[in-house]
Amino acid sequence: MIHSTFGAMTTIRALAQVRAIYDSDPSTLITAGPDAQRIATLGWIMIVAATIVFVVVMAILLIPLWRSRNTIASEDTLPVIVNERAWILYGGAAIPALILSGVFVLTLSALRTHVSAGPAQLTIEVIAHQWWWEVRYPEQQITTANEIHLPVGRQVMVMLKSADVIHSFWIPNLAGKTDVIPGSNNSMWLQADRSGTWRGQCAEYCGVQHAHMDLTVVAEPGAVFARWVANQRAEARQPADSAVLAGERVFLELPCASCHQIRGTQASGRVGPDLTHFGSRLTIAAGTLPNMRGNLAGWIENPDIIKPGTKMPAVPVDGPQLQAIVAYIESLK
Amino acid sequence: MATTSERVDITELTARLDRTWKTPKSLYGALSTVDHKTIGKRYLVTAFIFMLFAGLQAAAMRAQLARPDSTMISPEAYDQLFSMHGTTMIFWYASPILSGFSNYLVPLMIGSRDMAFPRLNAFSYWTFLLSGLLIYASVLNGTAPHGGWFAYVPYTSAQYSPGLNTDFYALALLFLTISTTVGAINFIVTIFKMRCPGMSVSRMPLFMWSTLTTSVVIVFAMPALTAALIFLELDRRFGTQFYDAVRGGSPLLWQHLFWVFGHPWVYVVILPATGMASMIIPTFCRRPIVGHVYVALATVSTGIFGFGVWAHHMFATGMPALSTMFFSAASMGVSIPSAVQIFAWLATIWSARRHVLATPMLFMLGFVCLFVIGGISGVMTASVPFDLQVHDTYFVVAHLHYVLVGINLFPVIAAFYYWLPKMTGRMLDEKLGKWNFWLMFVGANMAFFPMHILGLRGMPRRIYTYPAGMGWDTLNMIETVGAFVMAVGVLLFIINVLKSFRGGALAGNNPWGASSLEWLTSSPPPEYNFVTIPTVVGRDPLWDSHDERIGPAGELDSASPNPVRAATTREMSPDKVVGPKSVSVAELQPWRVLDVGRETLETTLLDGDPQAILRLPENTLWPLVLALALAAGFVSALFKQPVWAVIAGVVTLISIAGWLWPKSTAYPVRTART
Repeated sequence: MIHSTFGAMTTIRALAQVRAIYDSDPSTLITAGPDAQRIATLGWIMIVAATIVFVVVMAILLIPLWRSRNTIASEDTLPVIVNERAWILYGGAAIPALILSGVFVLTLSALRTHVSAGPAQLTIEVIAHQWWWEVRYPEQQITTANEIHLPVGRQVMVMLKSADVIHSFWIPNLAGKTDVIPGSNNSMWLQADRSGTWRGQCAEYCGVQHAHMDLTVVAEPGAVFARWVANQRAEARQPADSAVLAGERVFLELPCASCHQIRGTQASGRVGPDLTHFGSRLTIAAGTLPNMRGNLAGWIENPDIIKPGTKMPAVPVDGPQLQAIVAYIESLK
Repeated sequence: MATTSERVDITELTARLDRTWKTPKSLYGALSTVDHKTIGKRYLVTAFIFMLFAGLQAAAMRAQLARPDSTMISPEAYDQLFSMHGTTMIFWYASPILSGFSNYLVPLMIGSRDMAFPRLNAFSYWTFLLSGLLIYASVLNGTAPHGGWFAYVPYTSAQYSPGLNTDFYALALLFLTISTTVGAINFIVTIFKMRCPGMSVSRMPLFMWSTLTTSVVIVFAMPALTAALIFLELDRRFGTQFYDAVRGGSPLLWQHLFWVFGHPWVYVVILPATGMASMIIPTFCRRPIVGHVYVALATVSTGIFGFGVWAHHMFATGMPALSTMFFSAASMGVSIPSAVQIFAWLATIWSARRHVLATPMLFMLGFVCLFVIGGISGVMTASVPFDLQVHDTYFVVAHLHYVLVGINLFPVIAAFYYWLPKMTGRMLDEKLGKWNFWLMFVGANMAFFPMHILGLRGMPRRIYTYPAGMGWDTLNMIETVGAFVMAVGVLLFIINVLKSFRGGALAGNNPWGASSLEWLTSSPPPEYNFVTIPTVVGRDPLWDSHDERIGPAGELDSASPNPVRAATTREMSPDKVVGPKSVSVAELQPWRVLDVGRETLETTLLDGDPQAILRLPENTLWPLVLALALAAGFVSALFKQPVWAVIAGVVTLISIAGWLWPKSTAYPVRTART
């Protein structure tokens, strides 16, 4: 009981901090990549044009009303003859058609550059699950979860697959979204032009925890990325002290290992996220919480409080067991 | 056989019509009536109540989203809330409320005594009501739909949605499609064949054009939804694999079928409302609409082009770039007919003889404003790259609410202020009406405008909560406040309506000085609508300078050359036209008094020349029995009760037979009067 109260309290405090992980709000208008940049430019042009159109139309609507307040209304006069053709054919059809043609040309040019990217310099496979992201680097033989690392300035091809229902892969700061559809092999380009940590989120409703299906994109200089790759390729660290060793033992004895893989140990489950380098990740529960001990303890003890409806079951653990598991998983840098 | 010199006693004539068309004030009368006005009012009340339910669901969601990391509503409950909110608003409010107005107004506006198929009309209402009850039964059962209003597979497949939630959605919706389809067919035939003499196609009120277009769109769009839903149930119940990617089906098939129906459906829920604008704005500008023909053409072309834009809902699914370009261009192009309509209203306002800013007109001005915003954001989302950013975010939520609130709810409230006096004979309060307008207008903009910004700032739709500090907190709070301001506006509307029932000012026949035929008859109209079938010679019969001498309830005027025109120039004052007690048969053209049984006139499709006298059916219980039998069938299917389903099927067949059984009561043989 004491534990669950403790877990819930730290959780609530920590929830407020998840934003601190990221370098900016996940806004489409704060861009860190060429695709998002191009779309934001297009967006701003359309917003300006839209504002002008709106103001002009509202002026046309309101000016006669405003004028009629200042004149004595009379119904004895015949209706004013209006130039029907000018109003409707020019105002209603020709001018809108002209504006729309402009928007369409801009659309085509944005679309053109969008589809004609060169060869991929890195390929990442993202497999969407209810409600987390499995991330694989086939050439580097890396499997991780809810976190993508990319070298800055490189064109990355993201292959999108779904393990269950439809999801949508979306990093607003970097690019538009692409649906992840079972049976379809969708893919998209991702490129970050400056280093930073960006937030992504599933954009297609996919079930009760659609709200907590985030992922983190870490864009880093090539050398840092290479170090990350080297670390992720390695098997899990051997326990360095007795507390961590005890944690590993508990982890392997409890049902944890039947769902999670930790390479280098007997834990080889493939249902949940790979935890081989869990300690190096920034978040837990698919971006729901910052990766901190208190949060982790709360999550393991009762996942359903943090993500009601999550597929991760609550495994009955006592206090010492929980502390041991947390120590072990956090050590998996 | 009357001779031309014979005089017809008006009192005796109306008494005879009263007897013929009477619906007894009893339970039997209430259940068996086929009067389009009663059915129309039932549609309006029922759809409005569904709107209130859906509004309360929205209020609950806004309360949850007011603050980040809120735990007030559980995720499963939130999913059911937004699914029910969308499904109810789109299917059980937005379209049926317009059907209610069309049901009430179409026969009156075209000078007919009822719809072409009055029993089918009653059946259409009962199935609408019962299907609505069926989907709300899911709430009582604790298994409300939870897949969103467009219920994408495979989330809604048996594997990921094993409960009855999706079955309720699919079967209730399937049931509703029957109602909508027969209703649409009824409108098409009524508008084609029941217009009064002289009302050629070119003289049809614009509301007829929009109702007609909408009905045709329904007939062509509905089969896609029906097929999609049947495939879904077959997949869920019988293990077929239409949508199962693992076994060769395709989840995208659902999306295509749904949006092939779904986008035309957007025009179904807005076109009648634009038709209302084309009726209401000219009245308050005291002139005929500018560009009548262009507006009619724009209405029809919106309906047609609406079928060519569905894939803009699917830009993010990985469609080939070439297809996205086509649908992008089509989606931008479809806004041109809307611009034509808007400029016709603007020109009408510019060339008004005067501007009467009564409440219906205020709502219409608000509607134009919201329509422009919703239209512009629609064009923005039609731009493929931009859509890839804002798709499935609050930007789209903003867009669709500007469209549905702006181009459906606002015109609907305007229409209530405008036509309720016709239905009840009593006006609504103008002062409350102005409060009502400003609260709803400010509330709607507060609730929905910030959603554009939220979407651009990356907030996806359909999330039950969000973390603090993402740049979303303040905007969400503003939206929630706005939603509640809007709700107060709706509450004022309800109060205003109740107040008007209790003691609103008497409306008279034509309180607004409008030009269309529904204002010719008394408020509320008699059960037979018109004592004599009117004849029209122009688009604005009550403003035309010809002498329309025979009034609605037999009130005749020979003193004033044009009583109607005299009435319309006196703004807002109930006109009183009192005439002689009898009239010579020569003055009543032979086809205009139809008083041998329930009769109305059939006219030719294009010119509106009299063609035949139609005999309309009496009140009957069969439509209700058939609807109940079908409902029983759907409930049996829902709970997998094959025996009950067979019984319901048999009762269905029996009620169809009963409905079609030839009547033994013979009418007196009709002879021409002259």
